[in-house]
Amino acid sequence: MTTRFTKDHEWIKVEGSAGTVGITDYAQHALGDIVFVEPPEAGRVLKQGDDAAVVESVKAASEVYSPVSGTVTEGNAALADQPALVNESPEDQAWFYKLTLSAPAELDQLMDRAAYDAYVKGLE
Amino acid sequence: MRYLPHTESDRRAMLAAIGAKDVESLFVDVPAAARLPGPLDLPKAQGEMEVERAFQRMAMKNLSAGCAPFFIGAGIYRHHIPAAIDQLLTRGEFLTSYTPYQPEVSQGTLQYLFEFQTQVALVTGMDVANASMYDGATACAEAAAMACRVTKRKKVILSGSLHPHYRSTTETALKYTDMAAETLAPDPLAMEDLMGRVDSATACVMVQNPGFFGHVRDLAPLAAACRESGALLVVAVAEPVSLGLIAPPGAMGADIVVGEGQSLGVGLSFGGPGLGLFATRDKYVRQMPGRLAGQTVDVDGKRGFVLTLSTREQHIRREKATSNICTNSGLCALAFTMHLTMLGETGFTRLAELNHAAAVRLEGKLARLKGVKVLPDSYFNEFAVHLGEDKDAAAVVDALAAKGILAGVPASRFYPDWPELHPVLILAATETNTDADMDALVAALQGVL
Amino acid sequence: MADGVTTFSGNRGLAIEEPLIFEMNAPGRVAIDLPEPGPVDADRLAGLRRATPIGLPDLSEPQVVRHYTRLSQKNYGIDTGFYPLGSCTMKHNPRLSEKMARLTGLADLHPFQPQATVQGALEVIDQLAWWLKQLTGMPAVAMSPAAGAHGEWCGLMAIRAYHEDHGEGHRRRVLVPESAHGTNPASAAMCGFTVDPVPADDQGRVDVAALKAKLGPDVACIMVTNPNTCGLFERDIIDIAAATHAAGAFFYCDGANFNAIVGRVKIADLGIDTMHINLHKTFSTPHGGGGPGAGPTVLSEKLAPYAPLPFVVHGAGGLHLVEHAAEVPESKPFGRVKGYHGQFGVFVRALAYIQSMGADGLRQASTDAVLNANYLLAELKDVLSPSFDGPCMHECLFDDRFLKDTGVTTLDFAKMLIDEGFHPMTMYFPLVVHGALLMEPTETESKETLDGFIAVIRALADKAKAGAAEEFKAAPRLTPRRRLDETLAARTPVLRWKPGANS
Repeated sequence: MTTRFTKDHEWIKVEGSAGTVGITDYAQHALGDIVFVEPPEAGRVLKQGDDAAVVESVKAASEVYSPVSGTVTEGNAALADQPALVNESPEDQAWFYKLTLSAPAELDQLMDRAAYDAYVKGLE
Repeated sequence: MRYLPHTESDRRAMLAAIGAKDVESLFVDVPAAARLPGPLDLPKAQGEMEVERAFQRMAMKNLSAGCAPFFIGAGIYRHHIPAAIDQLLTRGEFLTSYTPYQPEVSQGTLQYLFEFQTQVALVTGMDVANASMYDGATACAEAAAMACRVTKRKKVILSGSLHPHYRSTTETALKYTDMAAETLAPDPLAMEDLMGRVDSATACVMVQNPGFFGHVRDLAPLAAACRESGALLVVAVAEPVSLGLIAPPGAMGADIVVGEGQSLGVGLSFGGPGLGLFATRDKYVRQMPGRLAGQTVDVDGKRGFVLTLSTREQHIRREKATSNICTNSGLCALAFTMHLTMLGETGFTRLAELNHAAAVRLEGKLARLKGVKVLPDSYFNEFAVHLGEDKDAAAVVDALAAKGILAGVPASRFYPDWPELHPVLILAATETNTDADMDALVAALQGVL
Repeated sequence: MADGVTTFSGNRGLAIEEPLIFEMNAPGRVAIDLPEPGPVDADRLAGLRRATPIGLPDLSEPQVVRHYTRLSQKNYGIDTGFYPLGSCTMKHNPRLSEKMARLTGLADLHPFQPQATVQGALEVIDQLAWWLKQLTGMPAVAMSPAAGAHGEWCGLMAIRAYHEDHGEGHRRRVLVPESAHGTNPASAAMCGFTVDPVPADDQGRVDVAALKAKLGPDVACIMVTNPNTCGLFERDIIDIAAATHAAGAFFYCDGANFNAIVGRVKIADLGIDTMHINLHKTFSTPHGGGGPGAGPTVLSEKLAPYAPLPFVVHGAGGLHLVEHAAEVPESKPFGRVKGYHGQFGVFVRALAYIQSMGADGLRQASTDAVLNANYLLAELKDVLSPSFDGPCMHECLFDDRFLKDTGVTTLDFAKMLIDEGFHPMTMYFPLVVHGALLMEPTETESKETLDGFIAVIRALADKAKAGAAEEFKAAPRLTPRRRLDETLAARTPVLRWKPGANS
């Protein structure tokens, strides 16, 4: 399994052509207490960079951009009832959606863990 | 100047503290070419007495509603407002506070908004209501846009039963967007076929109940047709007092209920400010426009209220907001909720019955006039009447006004290009109308028809 | 309790706990005596009589009066004290204006009375319009918008209508500075425009070079707030207007901050094509806990024909309210923005204020508003961190650099002010500085009030720097409710009372 990151603070974990997307610990910290998540519905076709989901805190609303192109296979229904999961377990339980990648080569444009950590350090 | 506390010595001391030689130097960033050298050559400041005199003079030029037998409605209704309301409304803590962004010093506003939202949801039969829009017309426009967001469709069907101002305001709001309004002809006989028009491209059908010409309709079949096609049913209520007697839109299957709240507490005020009501189903709450007060607890665990779900709004979502509204009709919402609180279940029901009874009495008295026909076979406190083929309702209204009677609104005021509506007069009767008023109206009509 | 005082009732002296009206219900009580209605004619209700109770509570008049009196006592208003809420112009609301709005001959009028019976009402609208045109130097004003944001939309609709009418309908881009009120981009979106943000320069003003670079044949207009949301006058405004016009675009000015310049600048002289005026700010009509307001929108010669319906004209038989485009052949109204004839009750109040102030008083008011803001800036600049150099206009902007490493945030600082008896300033707006504190004192505050506020701010700034973060985090402690859990409110929305569900 490979994990990659975007400059907009999404992560994607990939096994074969199946990807799982969420937002990073840095992103959930920046947003504060998450109060609402709207994951995409299964079947939605996303291009890389498309608005895929919405995540909201009390005073901010943010889009989640799809790190790669593909077709959504599942949105994380648990987040509707438990938006706090994003704060508690951003990079594990609080995944936003799963998709089937249509252009796996796009992964090469993303950062690996070390590069992302350095990127975040540069923001502080 | 009585509103300006500074003395000249205050101003000098403050300039010294700032380190400025004069006030002009504070305006240094204004381009010199645009700076006015002194006060404009316009009237000077006046004391209270002079201002009162000027306003009294203007007020005297008007025939106020209370000074005439009065039968005008058409979206703005004259009801008796209990004395306590204005006394309470002018308390400075209500009148001179801002939008309750600081909840610790705004629990008064937030609690009455929460109570207001609950009352609006109850009387409309809906799950949730917002903290107000500008008026009924703009609430309609907002509902159309919301229906398009919810359904991801672009076509809005506007019934001929809608108040003409609701129609034109909604049409204007959609004019330069990718949404489109399909507007039906004015419908004084309630003959239009809305169900036949709903299709898979329809975002919503918007109807008014009671309709602009008075009809009370069962909207359940239309609601079912909308549901079938995946469209929303938006019901506008121009006279909220009707909800004390008639089944609420929520019970008939409405998805969004909008309306004008002016009838309760607000008064006529020449039609403004009004009070836009907006209610919907829980599942659509995140697509709603406007502010919402919600319940929560404070750090000591005590119940309190805050503005919530603000991410829908312009100050956070900017161009992606559900609406651009910021200032709403807060104080009018307070007047509305006070009036409804004073009425209660018992009083609200009785007020509605009194209104309906007044209209029924008026219909009975109009039966004495030959050639005059009440158009709707069902109504609440208002109905359109046809005065006879060759009659011009506008001329009749003017003739009666000259006699000191305010005898309704001619339909031609809204529809000058519809000759068949020129004999149509829209008459409202409320609890404020006495039998003597009605007899005076009927006698005067007899004289001119 | 934070101050150690507990009571059996939960009441605290004059601060009395108040339940919801729904929790005081005693069916059968009345607060209004109404006559017996007699039997209802079911024939005329199409069989649609309400079948179930509504669920409204029944109360008596004394209960109702106490309920709202107690609620009012949980609010802070301008009548209570200093309310330096930047961008909101919380000035004294004259009671004469309230009295005039309640004159029977002005309050008890129906919008659809024959026009011959409401000539005095039309005169109010016409006189107010005259003043607004005189004060701005603009030839026309659309009176009907209900609030500032509604006026923005109205002005932009007129611009869109002009472009459509002149074969320029492809102009859809609107340039909006990043410091703009959120209403600006939201209003633009409602006209089918796309928003293109313009950055600010390091002086807190529009980056003129960046704005000019963004102008082009697809730009419909620019939307610039002036004085801007940092409380600064846009020095290059005439240059900005000229470049905008040269590009075939219009200049929309957000007039929220008009209070700084009334009687000192005519906006027509700045090259502005259209601007809304918040009567509930500049002309002192009450904010009423969120409204109603009014947002009359002045229009240039080019845009005037597109003004929405209705409008008042001088006719042969007196004043005439035009409700249909066909009545005035040269008019091309873009439509109608709301029901009826505008926020009439607000017009009465604004006109009473304007007549009270006169041309001389209005100029003195803007002068004193600017003087007061500069006084705050001068007296606070050494303990807070001013975002930009002065002079400012009617409001002064600080950011949170002075709180660095104290553990105290802008929010904490504002909440401490509440315990000191002041309403907080605007926080976290504009977005172009970090942790903004925007203070607008207005001209109706005395030097003594400002000095009291200054002393408190200075003491609080010292205290924050001395390491009292915990105390700040605990503020406010003396209010009917302390900090409220907004996360809970948003995660589990409870937006109405339901039986048994709200205790």
